[in-house]
Amino acid sequence: MITLRAFRYSFLNLVFLFTLFPSTPLRAELISGYEFLSNQAKDMQNDDFQNPGYLMIEKGLEVYNTRGENEKSCNHCHGNNGEKFTPKSIAQFPKFHNLLQAPVTLRDQIQFCWDKRLDNFPLLYDDTDLLALETMIRNKAYGEKVNVDTSGEMQPYYEAGKKFYFTRFGQMDMNCSQCHDVYTGRMLRGQKLSQGQTNGFPLFRLESQKMVNLPQRLRECFHSLRAQTFEQDSNEFRNLEIYLNARGNGLKIETPAIRY
Amino acid sequence: MIFKENILITLVIFMVLSLFKNSYAAEDMTNYLMTGDSINTPLDGLTGKPERGQALFRNQNKGNCLACHQLSILKDAFHGTIGPSLDQVSQRLTEAQIRLRITDMKQVNPYSIMPGFYRSPKKINRISPLYENSTILTSQEVEDIVSYLMSLKPNSFAEQQ
Repeated sequence: MITLRAFRYSFLNLVFLFTLFPSTPLRAELISGYEFLSNQAKDMQNDDFQNPGYLMIEKGLEVYNTRGENEKSCNHCHGNNGEKFTPKSIAQFPKFHNLLQAPVTLRDQIQFCWDKRLDNFPLLYDDTDLLALETMIRNKAYGEKVNVDTSGEMQPYYEAGKKFYFTRFGQMDMNCSQCHDVYTGRMLRGQKLSQGQTNGFPLFRLESQKMVNLPQRLRECFHSLRAQTFEQDSNEFRNLEIYLNARGNGLKIETPAIRY
Repeated sequence: MIFKENILITLVIFMVLSLFKNSYAAEDMTNYLMTGDSINTPLDGLTGKPERGQALFRNQNKGNCLACHQLSILKDAFHGTIGPSLDQVSQRLTEAQIRLRITDMKQVNPYSIMPGFYRSPKKINRISPLYENSTILTSQEVEDIVSYLMSLKPNSFAEQQ
């Protein structure tokens, strides 16, 4: 009898907590966006010849091997076809850069090398060369588990990203969490809402029929929310990327993925 | 001569300013009296037409209600499952309650995912420049959808009985 009462009170406590903090729902398990695809789209992702992402990787390898202003190319440090890349290190992005004293995404790191190691003129943030390099490098960590550090110097940036995630934007007046935590698995017209995990980026979007990286995808989200977007290299999107990647810590990297 | 030009310039400035005043009118438009969980009087005293309401209900750039709700009378391909079914909604809610829920659901439930279709643009965070000082639906369009939902008879329910 006592145990039953205790159980009832603990249950009430849970209900009380959820009414106090409705923005922090209980997430049972991490599900990759792959699980929300149709069988046809799954086959497309798994087949190297059907998956358009592999064309981007080939383009990335071309850029990887072209020489910069100082007659060096990426393979000077990272070996032929990126042999010396360590998958564990790639899966840790975005991480804190000691030289810049700021968090860097994989794109920022590529820009840093492009500028400082190859003496090249910086790439534009929507340049396909940058997208191709990111796809090719991220693909080197295929199957590796995402592992973003959120402690120490990264913590304030992670918290800022988390706050952004729960902020409502635009005329549609929604936040990320409402679709990707609360209503995951429900149908938005013909499309099943996924958890919004980032383990497949950069990926091929079936809807717009092109490769996108995370900030480009976020800009599309903002467009459909009828909100004023942020720049691709803005601090807001960088913080959000830290939170989103850390949110999927433990999921296997699927770059290049296929998504709707 | 210079004097005349000055008058012309001031006239032009006033005309331009009056144009601006019109574009800002949306802010003043969202004036309505909320009593309890309902808006008892029609928005701006307008009356809706159910036929227009149905078109707005299905239009993906306007109401787009089927993105989240189901309505079994409509034979469109996909109906969303985020919101509750709107079959026999007129049996569950009064016209005044439906009016507030379309106008601004966040007044009823602040954590709701449903957009406020006639929510004041002042309350919106970072609205796109394309939609500045506008609401998703006009007051007439809200009234049209309210009248459409109220016109839905529970006939599908009655046929089953």
